[in-house]
Amino acid sequence: MSADSRFTHKIWQEEELSKMVPGGVPFPMLSDAGGRIGAAYGVYDEGAGVDVRGRFLIDPDGVIQAMEVLTPPVGRNFAELTRQVQAFQHVAKTKGTEATPAGWRPGDPTLKPGPDLVGKVWTVWKPKKE
Amino acid sequence: MSDKPQGCAAPAKGVLTPATPAAAAPEGSTKEVPRMQVMVGKPAPDFEANAYVDGGFTSVKLSDYRGKWVTLCFYPGDFTFV
Repeated sequence: MSADSRFTHKIWQEEELSKMVPGGVPFPMLSDAGGRIGAAYGVYDEGAGVDVRGRFLIDPDGVIQAMEVLTPPVGRNFAELTRQVQAFQHVAKTKGTEATPAGWRPGDPTLKPGPDLVGKVWTVWKPKKE
Repeated sequence: MSDKPQGCAAPAKGVLTPATPAAAAPEGSTKEVPRMQVMVGKPAPDFEANAYVDGGFTSVKLSDYRGKWVTLCFYPGDFTFV
């Protein structure tokens, strides 16, 4: 979503994105006329008249589970977004009985929060450098 | 997603979630209504936006995606990196 019109989106898809991604990007390209939706999400820069790089992960109940906001010069890391989606989906699947420690990836051990875990996280999880 | 044809002058509804009554400006106030709180664990503000998808024009409502995980990305402008 950007403050561009959907007509501009069409040209961007046809002229550039389709040359980076075969068939073009497969998701809806949304137009935020006047930045009103961006303002509701706290990511509209009024002075510049643009939405900054905000990313919101919204669960099946419509609740925001994660958000990340960057100033324009730095792009995002989609591997981290994918990792977060996998982690939130795992937590949802266990109905919140499991939690995922820092850097968790599918298949890694999870944490089962409760009195027995206090002071014992080190027994099940070792920090790792990515 | 709406299937009805959309011409040039088809304004989308924009933000649909009303600000909470507590956040609304007092009656008679000329001050802008404060923004609703965007916070993890809180409902995402609903909206309807004009969209370009699959080679056509339509409009997209966030609440139509209930039951699915959604990634909503804002970016400064087309023809920039995302």
